[in-house]
Amino acid sequence: MSTNPFPLDKADLMKAYRTMRTIREFEERLHVEFAKGDIPGFVHLYAGEEACATGIMMHLTDVDRIASTHRGHGHCIAKGVDVHEMMAEIYGKATGACRGKGGSMHIADLAKGMMGANGILGAGAPLVCGAGLAAKFRGDGGVGVTFFGDGASNQGMVLESMNLAAVWNLPVIFVVENNGYAESTSVDYATAVDSYVDRASGFGLPGVTVDGTDFFAVYEAAGEMIRRAREGGGPALLECKMVRFFGHFEGDAQTYKAKGENDYNREHRDCLKIFAARVREAGVVTAEEFAAIDREVGALIEDAVASAKAAPLPTARELTTDVYVAY
Amino acid sequence: MARKISMKQAINEALDLEMRRDPAVIVMGEDIVGGAGSPGEEDAWGGVLGVTKGLHAKYPGRLLDTPLSESAYIGAAIGAAACGMRPVAELMFLDFMGVCFDQILNQAAKFKYMFGGKAKTPVVIRAMVGAGFRAAAQHSQMLTPVFTHVPGLKVVCPSNAYDAKGLLIQAIRDDDPVIFCEHKNLYGHEADVPEEAYAIPFGEAAVVREGKDVTIVSYGLTVHRALEAAEQLARERIEAEVIDLRTLSPIDWDTVLESVETTGRLVVVDEANPRCSIAADVAAHVVQEAFGALKAAPQMVTAPHTPVPFSPVLEDLYIPTADAITAAVSKIAPRAMAA
Repeated sequence: MSTNPFPLDKADLMKAYRTMRTIREFEERLHVEFAKGDIPGFVHLYAGEEACATGIMMHLTDVDRIASTHRGHGHCIAKGVDVHEMMAEIYGKATGACRGKGGSMHIADLAKGMMGANGILGAGAPLVCGAGLAAKFRGDGGVGVTFFGDGASNQGMVLESMNLAAVWNLPVIFVVENNGYAESTSVDYATAVDSYVDRASGFGLPGVTVDGTDFFAVYEAAGEMIRRAREGGGPALLECKMVRFFGHFEGDAQTYKAKGENDYNREHRDCLKIFAARVREAGVVTAEEFAAIDREVGALIEDAVASAKAAPLPTARELTTDVYVAY
Repeated sequence: MARKISMKQAINEALDLEMRRDPAVIVMGEDIVGGAGSPGEEDAWGGVLGVTKGLHAKYPGRLLDTPLSESAYIGAAIGAAACGMRPVAELMFLDFMGVCFDQILNQAAKFKYMFGGKAKTPVVIRAMVGAGFRAAAQHSQMLTPVFTHVPGLKVVCPSNAYDAKGLLIQAIRDDDPVIFCEHKNLYGHEADVPEEAYAIPFGEAAVVREGKDVTIVSYGLTVHRALEAAEQLARERIEAEVIDLRTLSPIDWDTVLESVETTGRLVVVDEANPRCSIAADVAAHVVQEAFGALKAAPQMVTAPHTPVPFSPVLEDLYIPTADAITAAVSKIAPRAMAA
């Protein structure tokens, strides 16, 4: 029997894989279902980015809060939001996490510390500063993690939040999910600094850049920052360089990407393949054990879609509920 | 036990009483303590006009001075509210809403609805409104209609110290986001205010003067102008009923409509600019709901559709005057002016 060279035990390694696989299958299935025309509105898929959400969320509990982006399904799943409720929400059904009133971009579960996917990019940063402030007042050692992309990293409220977190010494981790594109615009064009670590230090925060397709790199860097924040060491910035397999939104022709870019990424930068290969090669988890997880996840997603399709729509009355004036 | 205190003191008392009662209440804003990190006195200001002075000593650690970053700290107050606290954030001048409006419009106002009722955002955003202070165009607006237009936000604007204390206590206890508008020219206005805590419910207007001939609806500073106008009109034997809306959202339609059903005449006075003003909102709603009772078209008396001018002689023309109100009444109540 091999020794385990990883910083997680076998059970946690399998949990990490299950989380990433759940995100991947959820998004891949949405890609298919959306193309059929069954899903209203817009979806923004997280496929390819799983290691970032998972590597970070493995360190968090329900007492910790996160705020997500428009591309929020991965953060939701990694934070423990119910997959059936998520799917129903995306289909606009009454059984959805937000009773059909939020949709893909506004899935939230405050009981699980998920402060919402957000259609306003960068808006999570101030909100998570508030979560960090609340954690300090409660004294429960909770942290806040705010996810935003390379594009949103240039939004004024993100920069303001970095300064605020530094001056107030808030337990907040700023995670830059740098997948190279803000919609169709390259990070090389839109961001003046070469490294977000430089930007972090410019605001008085420590910063680290990792390969976001490497679960273990994300896990270790995030773990260190989160531990430090819990102990009162203040905020930090984590840049995860990654790739998104799909477009900005489903329906995006992705003509701004290089020819063959997606194929290359799926072959060489697939965080699930990379993770599974490393862990199998170390002899800690077998191919069959991974395959069993794949089957279980497949069945879960299948059931979630079937349930969502069969679920009831909200009644007309719901239009004017959950708001104090109903005219 | 009531005694005469200013609106500024009444607001301070409301904050004091609620902070004492509920440890979840925290206050944040620019210079609300004052002197942060500076070499001189702590609590140097207590807010730019001293409204929060003295609270820092009573509640150490619960009043937070902020950097000049409204998006960040208004957003942080909103986020902390979503996480179980009851923050009172000061947006020093409501005119500054531009730099943080997303957090109010797209976050605080929408969480409860977007998340299917599974979130509450009990944040209060206090801000100064109004002209007459010679503070010029960017520090003198009455932007209340911008906020009443947004579903999910409650908007309050007291006209006196008694209402200010009761409405602020209500706002802090309310589970919805509240925009609490403090007219900077009313801070010194005194009224009898009980020492103890009391909450005035939202959505309840106050009939501050009864009358049968015309209904004058207003809020904030212009309630006092309306009362002056009512005194002038009484000398002409026109009895005006003056209604102070107090809450702008939810608005107390019942009180307004009941009054118009009796008087048949409506003048709405609003310090906001005329387009899409609260005056326009009230007038249109009354026309739709009480058309049969109206003896004349509702009149709207508002500021002009201009920025607020600086020079005092011009600013004094900007705010609706008692004369402008009596002139509007005269347009629609000529018969009642018989000798």
